[in-house]
Formats: sequence, C-alpha cells, structure tokens
Amino acid sequence: MKSLDEFVELFAEQFDETDASEITATTVFHDLEEWSSLIGLSVIAMVDEEFDVALKGDDVKNSVTVEDLYNNVKSKL
Amino acid sequence: MAILKYNNVGITAIAAGVPKTVIDNYHYDLDIWPEEEVKKVVDKVGVIERRFVDEKTCASDLCYAAAEKLIADNNINKEEIDLLLFLSQTPDYRMPATSILLQNRLGLSMSTMAFDISLGCSGFISALSIVYAMMQNNGFHKALLLDGETRSKVYSRKDRREAFIFGDAGVAALIERDEKFGESHFSLNSDGSRGKLIMIPAGGYRNMSSVETLLEKVVDEYGNIRSDEHGHMNGADVFNFVIIEVPKDIKRLMVASGEDIQKMDYYVFHQANAFINNYIAKKMKLDKERIPWTIHKYGNTSSVSVPLTIVSELKDKMQGNKKLMLSAFGVGMAWATAIVPFVDCKISEIVEI
Repeated sequence: MKSLDEFVELFAEQFDETDASEITATTVFHDLEEWSSLIGLSVIAMVDEEFDVALKGDDVKNSVTVEDLYNNVKSKL
Repeated sequence: MAILKYNNVGITAIAAGVPKTVIDNYHYDLDIWPEEEVKKVVDKVGVIERRFVDEKTCASDLCYAAAEKLIADNNINKEEIDLLLFLSQTPDYRMPATSILLQNRLGLSMSTMAFDISLGCSGFISALSIVYAMMQNNGFHKALLLDGETRSKVYSRKDRREAFIFGDAGVAALIERDEKFGESHFSLNSDGSRGKLIMIPAGGYRNMSSVETLLEKVVDEYGNIRSDEHGHMNGADVFNFVIIEVPKDIKRLMVASGEDIQKMDYYVFHQANAFINNYIAKKMKLDKERIPWTIHKYGNTSSVSVPLTIVSELKDKMQGNKKLMLSAFGVGMAWATAIVPFVDCKISEIVEI
C-alpha cells in the first residue's frame, strides 16, 4: 500500500496547470480552480492503475480533502 | 451464461454511410463555450472531427445509403436477402419499426423477416450474435444487418459532458453461411441496475413528452443545461463500469473459447472517447498497432463505432483470414465481447450523404 504522501503526489500529477506544491493531504480539491469532472476521470484511472481499486463518481464527489480520498481508497483494498 | 459459439457464418461484405457535414470540434459552438474550455474537453475526449446529419436525415437514411453501396459493389441479388435487422436507438418513428420501412425502400422481397433492435454502444455485437444464431437455420439465405445512429439529435449542445463526443453514421453488413469461417465466439452481458448512468429520461412511455419535459434547465454546479428529453451520461460511473467489466469479459471469453488474446489480428473497440479507449488498451496490455481508431474522425457513434472502424481503418487490411476481437460497452448498461473470423471480407468505400 502506497503512503499518503505518495498518493498526494500521484493525485497532483493529474493536474496540468496546478503546481504540485499547491496540493497537500488537506487540500479541499473540489475548490481548486482546475478541478473538473475530466480531472476526476484521470484520478479514477490513476487509482485503478496504482491501487487496483475502481472508484465511483460518488467516492470522488463525497471526499473533501485529498486525504479523505486516500482513506476511501484504503477502505476498498 | 450468455457465452455463445457459432459455426460457419460470417460477415462477407460491409459498407458505411456518413453525413457529409464535418464538425470541427475545436471550433464547435464557441458561441456557447469559451475556446479554452472547448480545447480542454476536446483534448481529453480526442474527438477532433465528427459528422452531423441535417434535420431531415435519419439513421435509416445513412444505413440505406450504405446498403445500396454494399448491394451494388457486391452485385447482390436482392431476392436472396430474407433477413433484415435494423439496430438503432434513433429510429424514424416510434412505430412502425424502421426495419420494415427499409425492406420496402431497399426493394427487398416481402418474404423478408425484418425487425428492429434497440441497443446502444454494445449493440453491434449483440445484433451480430442474433443474426449468426438465426443464420444457423437454412431457411435464411442472406442477412442484412443495418446499424445506424444520429446521436447528434440526442444530446444538449449546452451540456459539456456530452456536447463534444457524439457523431452520426450508419453501416450495412452482409452476413452469410460459409464453411470458410469456422468458429466465432460471443459473450453478452446486461446490468439494468446501472440503467440511469446513460439515459434519456423522457419521451418514452414512462415519462411521456410534455411541455415540462422539453424545458431546458441548469442541471449541475458547472452550469450545464439540458431538458429531460436530452440524453445524459454520468461519465465517472461509466468509466468505473468500463474499467471493471470490460477487461473481465474479454478475459472470460478468451478462456471460454480457448483463444489467445495476443493472437488476434485486430482489436476493435467501441469508440467511446480517447481517454477511455487509451486506458483500456493500456490496461489490457494490447499491441497498439493492432487497435484501429476512428474516435478522432467520427467521434462516438454508439453502436456504429465498431463496424465503422472496421470499414474506415481496415479496408485494405482484410485480405485472407483475419481474426478480430470486438469489444463494446455502454448504455444499459450492456457490454459484449466477440471473437469473429473474417475471410476476404469485401469492404466498400465510405459513402457521404
């Protein structure tokens, strides 16, 4: 299982314009200007690839911080 | 379990018809959307161009053009066609069935069995399986499978989740019995619990058309606008469905058929969007050289995308014996995999109408 820090790094890689330094475990990612449902798809793909977990739309929607999402992934392992 | 095997039946010829109007997606509807936003969406979905019919043209017209081309190019005696299927979710009328009207337009014999099949993206494989099954009966001589969609008429231009993906096209495939084909294999699946993921909620008989259903309204925090008579799609959950079910079904059919996935000549996937298609190809570790693509040229044409990709991309590559894996998935949700042999399949030039 990858650590929270590694997850945050992978999560940040899904953004093109947002600098990785702007994204931490406590970031409320829905509030990021670049966040969109398209980035959401990339996050679902990344989680499937790296964790072999298939997230649903609601898993992404209902997570507030990046850490929430990490915990959600962890609970599905 | 719908894992099926057929013998000695196959597609002997295939043709496609597309509208002549090309939509340049990077410049589509810039009066509604900011250019930067359009670029982001188009880059992600990978639909650079697609084709739209005009208001008067239907899926059946695209299929009709493809069928006439197919019949002319292959000197088919219309009297020998006695099975006609029309696969579409954009038929001419709610009744009668479009296939019956096409029997007359195409000048086929009245002793033709004709019926419609209402399935979306996964539909070509299901329809092919139905025709292959029926062709096991010697009473049928030649079957014509028509598959057409005008998805340009289904989605709202003001809903960015769907506005940049779909296009229109029609195909006609001739299916015959011949010992040269050998075995073909199909796996067909349905999950109605996910029925809402892709849906046009109104205009059927559950929610009949009314002034209310035609009202356009803002549907989410992004300001997307549509009515209940427009199609909508839950992209994230569709993607979740695809990454779970599609690879599993492909593996299952390979095991059931005893075929080796690495030995297919081509892998033809439903052209959903470039993001989904790239992801599956990567996940399945398939040779990209053997995966033909048309998402950039024609967009997502629903059930037509698999046969259209064969016509558009494999036209000069189908001499001799070829084994194709077909994989399609979508509205329903429904998904299907097939392993079908093609032997000297005659592919016509695409007709523009």
